[in-house]
This record gives sequence, C-alpha cells and structure tokens, in this order.
Amino acid sequence: MGWIEFILVLVVLTNLKLLASSRLGASIRVVARQGLILGALPLLAHQDALSLQHVALAAGSGVIKGGVFPWLLFRAVREAELTREVEPYVGYLTSLLAGVGALGAAFWMGTRLPVPVEVVSRWLVPVAMFSILSGLFLIISRKRALNQVLGFLVLENGVFTFGAGVLVETPQLVEVGVLLDVFVGVFVMGIIIFHINREFDHIDTDQLSALKD
Amino acid sequence: MNLLSLIPPVLALILSPLLLGVINRVKARFAGRRGPPLLQVYYDLAKLLRKGAVYSRTTTWVFRAGPVVGLAAVLTALCLMPLGGVPALWKFPGDFILLTGLLGLMRFAMVGAALDTGSSFEGMGASREVWISALAEPALLVALATLARQAQELSLTRICAALSEQHWLHTGPVLALVVVALGLVLLAENARIPVDDPNTHLELTMIHEVMVLDHGGPDFAFILYGAALKLWLFAALVTGMVIPAGSLSPWPNLVAGLGGVFLVAIGVGVVESVMARLRLLIVPQLLVGAGALAATAFLLGLK
Amino acid sequence: MNALLLVALALLPATGFAAWFWGRTGRNPSGLAAAGVVAASVFGGLPAIYVLLGGELMPWRFPWPVPGGEFHLETDALTAWFLVPLFLLSACAAVYGAGFWRNGIATRRLGNAWLFYCLLVFAMMLVLLARNALLFLFAWELMALSSFFLVVFEQERATVRRPGWIYLGLSQAGAAFLFALLLILGHKANSMDFTHWAWRGVDSPVLAGVLFALAVLGFGAKAGFVPLHIWLPEAHPAAPSHVSALMSGVLIKTGIYGLIRTLTFLGEPAAWWGGTLLGIGLLTAIFGVTFALAQHDLKRLLAYSSVENIGLMAAGLGLGLLGWCLGEPVVGVLGLAAALLHAFNHTLFKGLLFLGAGSVLHATGSRQFEDLGGLLKPLPWTGALFGLGAVALCGLPPLNGFLSELLLMLTAFGSVLSPENPLAVAGLLTVAVLALVSGLAVATFSKAFGVTFLGEPRKPTTTPQENTGTMRAAMCILAAACVAVGFFGFMLVTPLQRVVAVLSPQFPKLFPASPSPLVWVSGAGVALLVLVAGLAVWRKTLLARRTVDATVTWDCGYARPHPRMQYTASSFAQPLTALFRALLRNRVRLSPPTGILPTAARLATEAPDLCAERLARPLFARLTTRLARWRWLQHGNVQLYVLYIALTLLALLLWKLR
Repeated sequence: MGWIEFILVLVVLTNLKLLASSRLGASIRVVARQGLILGALPLLAHQDALSLQHVALAAGSGVIKGGVFPWLLFRAVREAELTREVEPYVGYLTSLLAGVGALGAAFWMGTRLPVPVEVVSRWLVPVAMFSILSGLFLIISRKRALNQVLGFLVLENGVFTFGAGVLVETPQLVEVGVLLDVFVGVFVMGIIIFHINREFDHIDTDQLSALKD
Repeated sequence: MNLLSLIPPVLALILSPLLLGVINRVKARFAGRRGPPLLQVYYDLAKLLRKGAVYSRTTTWVFRAGPVVGLAAVLTALCLMPLGGVPALWKFPGDFILLTGLLGLMRFAMVGAALDTGSSFEGMGASREVWISALAEPALLVALATLARQAQELSLTRICAALSEQHWLHTGPVLALVVVALGLVLLAENARIPVDDPNTHLELTMIHEVMVLDHGGPDFAFILYGAALKLWLFAALVTGMVIPAGSLSPWPNLVAGLGGVFLVAIGVGVVESVMARLRLLIVPQLLVGAGALAATAFLLGLK
Repeated sequence: MNALLLVALALLPATGFAAWFWGRTGRNPSGLAAAGVVAASVFGGLPAIYVLLGGELMPWRFPWPVPGGEFHLETDALTAWFLVPLFLLSACAAVYGAGFWRNGIATRRLGNAWLFYCLLVFAMMLVLLARNALLFLFAWELMALSSFFLVVFEQERATVRRPGWIYLGLSQAGAAFLFALLLILGHKANSMDFTHWAWRGVDSPVLAGVLFALAVLGFGAKAGFVPLHIWLPEAHPAAPSHVSALMSGVLIKTGIYGLIRTLTFLGEPAAWWGGTLLGIGLLTAIFGVTFALAQHDLKRLLAYSSVENIGLMAAGLGLGLLGWCLGEPVVGVLGLAAALLHAFNHTLFKGLLFLGAGSVLHATGSRQFEDLGGLLKPLPWTGALFGLGAVALCGLPPLNGFLSELLLMLTAFGSVLSPENPLAVAGLLTVAVLALVSGLAVATFSKAFGVTFLGEPRKPTTTPQENTGTMRAAMCILAAACVAVGFFGFMLVTPLQRVVAVLSPQFPKLFPASPSPLVWVSGAGVALLVLVAGLAVWRKTLLARRTVDATVTWDCGYARPHPRMQYTASSFAQPLTALFRALLRNRVRLSPPTGILPTAARLATEAPDLCAERLARPLFARLTTRLARWRWLQHGNVQLYVLYIALTLLALLLWKLR
C-alpha cells in the first residue's frame, strides 16, 4: 500500500465531496485540489525510470488544473455574479448515494474490463472509471453551466488517472493532447458563460433549451 | 472467564465522567479560559444524587423508567466492549448487534420519557434524536461491516485482536476511512458539535439536552452518567480499531487502550473548539457522508 | 396426536356453524365461538408442538371425488412452525373478539362474523396442512373469501366496502398466478400430490425461473410485497381489530410459507432468485417503514409496518438463497432461519399491537393520532402492553423482535465476510438497509406509542374505559409470549433446525455452533433486567429520604400552556418524512400565517400510497376504458348468460373431439 493508492483514495474522496457539495466556490477548490493531487501520479508511477517528459507532464497538469483553471472559473463566477449555491436537479444526499453506487459499479467493471497494458495499482482502473462516472453524473445532474465545466474536468481527470497510471510510454502524448483540449474547452466556456450571462442575466442551462427552435 | 476482562468495564465505570471533564478542559484551553475542574462531572453527579426530584403532573411511570432503563442498557453494553486488546467480558458472533440494540433501547426509553412530559420542546428533541440516530445507525453498522470483513471476524473482541499493524500497512486507507466514519458517528450519537451543542441554552436549538429538560435529581444523574458511559463506549470502539492489539501483552494493551480513549476525548474537544455547529439541515449530509466513507472503505477493501 | 389435529380441523367449522345458528336464534354467540376456537387451538397446537419437538406424524389421505384431488394432509416441521403461532394468535384474538363483540351489535350479524372467523382459521390451517394442489387451492380460496367477509363486517360504511373490493381483487389476481404455478407443476409431475413434487426439481432452468416468478407474484400478493401490498393499508384499518391482528399476524405469513414450500418443489435455486427476492425484500422494507412513519392513522401505521416486516422476511430468505447459490450454505441456513423466526415473532407482537389499537379505538372512538394522547393514565394495561409490543417490534433487546433482527443481521454479516464479492456487496447493502429500517422503526413506534399514550389528551373526550378482563388477558398472553421468546429464544434453535431441513437435508448440521449467540443474548437480557431492577431500587431509596414534588411540565415561562400545543405526530415525523419526500410524495396543504397579526393558519399533510396512486390507479383506469368496449356483452339478462355458458361448453367439446 504505497503513495499511489493513497492518491487514488484521495481522488475517490474528492469526487464524493464534489457530489455532496452545495457551494460553487468549494466545488471549484475541490476540483483544483484533485488536479494538484493527480499531478503527482505520473511521477510516482514512473519513479523507477523518471524522464523529463513525466516531470513536464506532472508540472504542466498541476499548474493548469490546480492554478489556471480555478483562476478562470473563479473569474467566471465573479464576472457572472453567480450565487454561491450549486442548484442541483438531484439532491446532495441522493448524489452522494449515487456516487457510492457508481463506485461499486466502477469496481465491478474494473475487475471485468480486460486491460491490455500493465497498470500501477489494482485500484487504478476502478478509480479512473469512477472519476469518469462522477464527471458524467455531475454534468447530467447540475443546472449551472459552470458545474458542467467542473464535471467535464472531473471526467478528464479520470482519463488522466488512467493515462498516468499505465506503465507504457505512448499515452503520455495522448494525455498532453487531451489536456490541451480541456484547456481550450474551459477557456471557451469561461468566455461563453460570461457572455451568456451578459445577454440573458442567468446561466441556467435548462433555460437555454428555450433557444432550441 | 478472564479476570482481566473485568478491568475495562470497571475502568469505564470509574473514569467515564473524566472524559467529559477532559473535553471541557480542552475547550477551555482553546478559548483561553482556565475551565471547570477536571472532576466537575463527578461533583455534579454527587450533587444530583443528593437532591430530591420534581415531577410533572402529566408524567407517568414511563418518565421515571426512562433514565433507569437507559442507564441499565448502557451498563449492559459495557460488558460487550473490549478496551485496547483486552477482551470484553462477553464475546460472541454478532455481539456488536446486541450493542447497537442496547443503545437503541436506551434511546427508546429516553424518547419515551421525553414524550411523556407532553412538552413541545421535548417532543421536538425526541423527534430530532430519532431522526439523527436513524441516519447514524447505518453508518455505524456499515463501518463495522467493513472492519468485520477486514478482520474476517464477527465479534468486537476478535475484530480488535485481529486488526494488527499489518492491516494498517496493507490496507491503511481502508481503516483510516472507517475510523473517520466512526468518529463522525461518535460525534452524532453523543450529541457533540457539529451535530448538537451540549452547551447551548436555547431550548429550540438543543437536541439531547432538550429531551431531558424535565429530569432532575437522581434521574438526571443517571442520564448524565449514562451519557458519559456511552461516550466511553464509542471512544473505546474507535481506539480498538486503531491499536494493534495482537502484538502487545495485556498490560501495555490496557494502558494503550486507556490512552486511546482519552486521546479521543481530546480530539472531541479540539473538534468542538475549532468547528461551528452545522445547520440542522446539513446533519443528514454529514451522517450519510459517514456512511458513504465507510462504504467506500468496504469497496476499496474488496479483493 | 393425529386424532387431536383432526378434532381441531372438525371443531372449527362446527363451532362456526353453531355460532351462526346461535346468532340466528337471537343469542350472542361470542362466548360460544371463542370457547370453540380456543379448544380447537389447544387440540391443534399440541400436535404441532409435538412435531417441532421431534415427533413424527403419519400423513393422512382420504379420497376426494374431484379429479386429481385428494384429502392429503401432513404435518412436517415447516407446517408445524407456522401452525403454532396460528393457533396461539387465533385463540387470543378470539378471546379478545368475544369481549370486543359483546353487545351493541345484532346477534345475527355476529353469528355470521364468527362463522367466517372460524372458517378463516380453518382455511389457514388447511393451507398449511394440505399436500394436494387442489386441496391447497380450495383452502387458499376459502381463506381469501372468509377474510373478505370479515373485512367488510361493517359493510354499511362505504369506507369499508372499497378496501374490501381492493382486497378481494388483489387476492384473486394473486390466486390466478398460483393456479398457473400449481397446474404447471402438476402437469410436469403428472400428479397433483405435493410429495411427488418435492425434491424432484424442474429439469429446465428457464421453466424453474418462470415458476419461481409465478410463486413470487402469487404468494407476494398475499404477503404484501411492494407493489402488491396496496390491499394491506386499506383492508387492515377497515377490518375489526382482532381480525386485523389475525390477518396481519398469520394470514399474510401464509404467503411466506407458500414461497418456502414452493422452493422445495423447484430443486436447486438459481442465484438470481435470491437476488430478486432480496431486492424485493429490501425495497418492501424501506417502503413499508417510510410510509408507516408518515401515517396519521394508528391502524394504517401498523399495516404499513407489516409490509416492512414482510420485506425483512423476504430479504432474509433472498439473502439466504443467494448465499446458498454462491457457496456459503451457512448464510443460506441463517437467512432461512432468520425469515422463519421473524415470521414467528411478528405474529406475536403485531397481533398484540393490533389488539392494543383495537382497545384504543374502542376507548376513544378514534384512530387518528391528532385526536389521541395521554391514554396511559386511563388505559394503563393497554398502554403498557402496547409499549411492550412496540419495543419488540423495533427489534430491541431483551424482547423477541431482537432475536430475529440478530439472525437477519448475522446473515448479512456472514455474507459480508464471504470471498465472493457480489455476495459481500449484497450483504453490505442488506446491513445498511436493515440498520436504516430499524432506526426508522424506532422513530415510527416511538411516535405511535408516544403520541397515543403519553403526554396530555389532544382532544378532550369522555373518560376512556379500559377494556375488560378477558380482552386484557388475551393481550397479556401475547405479551408474555414476546417476553418468553426473548429470554428463551435459544430453545427455538432445535425446532428451527428441524424446519430448515425441509429445504435441504444438509442444512441442520450447518447451524451456528453452540453456544449460539442466542444464549448470550438471553444472558444479556437477564443482566439487563437485574440492572434495571437494581437501579430502580436504588433510585427509590435515594428519593425516599427527600422531597418529591409534583408540578407542571417545564413551560419556558409561558402562562397558558394547552394540550393542543404538544408536538404532534406529524411534526414528530417531519424531519424524516422530509428526508424521504422523494419516496413519500406526501401532499402538503399549507395556508401559512400572514400579516403582522396573523389569524387562522392551516397545515394538512397526507401520504397517499405511492404504488396505489402512481401504479394501480392509472393501470386500472386504462383497463376500465379498454374493457368498456366489451360492455355490450353484459346485458344483465340471465338467458344470455346461459347462452354464453352453453356456447363455451360446446366450443370446448368440439375442440376436444376435433
């Protein structure tokens, strides 16, 4: 039971906290912390043969997820003058219980899923899967566009977890690409949220559906 | 029967009021006060036992039976709880189910006594008590299930004995999560901050205290002592999970157990000093969160 | 021994018809009928106990001039296990009923009622004894019909007729599944005799699965599995209280009995049966207890609590089956034993509680919590006995409810330890749900007991009268049984071993080694009693030398407290009902106080049954519109009906001779 498992447990806990959290600011901070924690994963996974590439990936993802994204998101909250509540479709308790259910499902799938490559821990695949499921759940169950950005980030963290924990070299490149995508995504979302807010005085996605025709 | 097993219940009987004293002292230190004497609860108990009583005309024997049954239940439960690695007086598969049953009986007796007064304050306290405990019980039992699975045992004593430092080395996060969940249950079941504030003076904000508003004299002494013993029970439970009992001989075990119990009390004091009480509507989230932590630990512990 | 059982079997209908005749002649038949039922119960109970203690009874077979039918009766341990509580509760409820139906009701109607009461007991006995499919179905139908007539005893009230029809409808729907089940089994074995079915198993797993599903639907409708439970909260409050006691205590348990009996016909179970039953059980338990908590009517609350307990039994059975299939036969034994013991215990305490509710209704004329309160003073016996039943039902030591709760929890914890991950997760889920349900049960019954019996009367009425001596005695016997099982539960282990052998001959050996936890629990119960007594004496001596004053309850300085200011039942339950509002969907009608000087404000809440509202009502509404187009078939003309019958017969004949 080493540091990698410790990090994975922290990832699970941050996901659960995010599901139960009612505050926007707290949610952003939790996601930032999750990004920071995950930054250490590539270093630990490759501690025997550490290369510059790994250090760069760790530092890059740490800085972007732990620093730049929260800054962008907090700026969006400030500019759009959002209230501090999360405004869920699904209540916090139900979300939390659904999270535990998703964790169980992730563990079940993790044992069933044939992984062709060697991974650093037997918890890696389930935890990555759980992050993806939590991200999807957050996107589905929250009203605010900002929360959907957060859900998207959690989803990406799941992909990152898997990529960083695989003991093969190629996925690093993919990971960098994904990070870039997400970066652009968050950036654009930040601007869009700001502009939608200026046009419509709110950013509830359920009211966006009025634009469909 | 092991004579050594008589020591934990006796220690609990003697030392449990001291736990409350320790908590109050820690809180006072944090607030920069000197605080009441460590033995204050003993003085309170002695004073209450010497007093007469005043009963409401509305009440019946249920009101008088409440404290007696409650204290008897928690005393019986003492025999089921090991301390550190010292085995409990009674140990059998599923003894912790009896423990939760006895605590449930204590609660039922107290709730009955509260409702017997016909006071809306006490009715409100009783309502909140059953509400919180209905949510705390799943968290407690899920935590125990996780421990039972890790130890592959079904009695408290054997679980405590089987959890060694090897478990902590190999499945440390699992046990740590369970200990956190048990800690939250401890705070909720013993009416401590952040769930309930033992020092509040407004009836509408109380939970445990408001249920016992009408009790006085020996009855209230029983309630106070019962509450102290219940805190001891939970502290011993948390301690038992942390101390690697199997690797120590009996006497160091006992000392470690005692130390653990008082460390828990200090921890409670620290929590009470640095945290505010939660809004009542948030309490379910805290308790379901404790259950979720324990369930997460269970899933992580699956092979 | 066999002869005694026959005497009981003959005595019941004989008593019923005697009471009917007695009622026609204008005399009150209650005493006669109660005496007959008690005698039959003693005669029938002795052989059942004899079998549970290890005796063997020869089966009887009498010819019955029905094709495939035979009067084949047998008392094995499983039958005896359900017979004992049946006789105990029937006798107590009959004695209670004799007091309840004393005067004020036309003797002719009383005669009818007692006839159906005796027939109901007779039918339930026959259901348990029957070893022939046709005989079983005959008894099953007799049971449904006689209980229907008892439910609509007060038929002049429309509130009674509607529940009666709901009950009859669901009963018959369930029976249709049972017809299918038993006829398929009979067709496969080419015999209608149960002994030819047992241990054979069904060769195709698909067919076995279908049969299992039929059994769950058919027996589940009687037992009250969600969503087939909707008749319980309707019929139980409508029926006279001692009939509710009998229905809730024994009648719904015939569903559990039937399910276990069917399992002996189907051979090796499949894991998904266990999983399904566990899921249904847990859902039923949560559903039942949440709705019980939200009720405003004492008897409806008890009815929902029966739904909860049936769920617990199904969960025990389901987890047991799952464990059995996944290589943990000890879990299998424990689960089965837990379900059986819980069925036994539930008969005792639910019977007691319904009789208590009857006394409350009798004394105050109301079952609504907001009208009750402070009844412990005028009704000391009823109150104390109801409180005891509530403690037992909550599964608290040292009473009997705790023993079955312990076995259920041990089943769950046993599966938690299993190396099979699915079983372990199922066990964890069961642990969590059981804990939640028991916590909610404590909330429910502290509300039921506290609001009814404690505090001050919420509505000033005439002084309520405590019930008569015989009624009290009947309740005392049930209460004593609760206590006795709680303290001597370990003595039931050997009979339980005989009962579980019915499902698999290897089961009895797997029973947890002695000294079983039940012995420890009894010991702890004794210790608890000693401590309670000691502390009570100490308290008394302490207070003997000091002043003890009586005054008002602490009122926070308010000058004019009033009983209406007490915490109400709805406000007591509110935090929990608010938490479960997604499930309860309770309707709240609120006209809040407004303005600086508010005047009248109102708050009314109601928790209509989710399944009845969202499932049954739309379903039947659609069915009604669909079937409306066939209305022209029904003219009310007798000749036309005879024509239909003749045409059908002719068609069948032609089809057969084709």
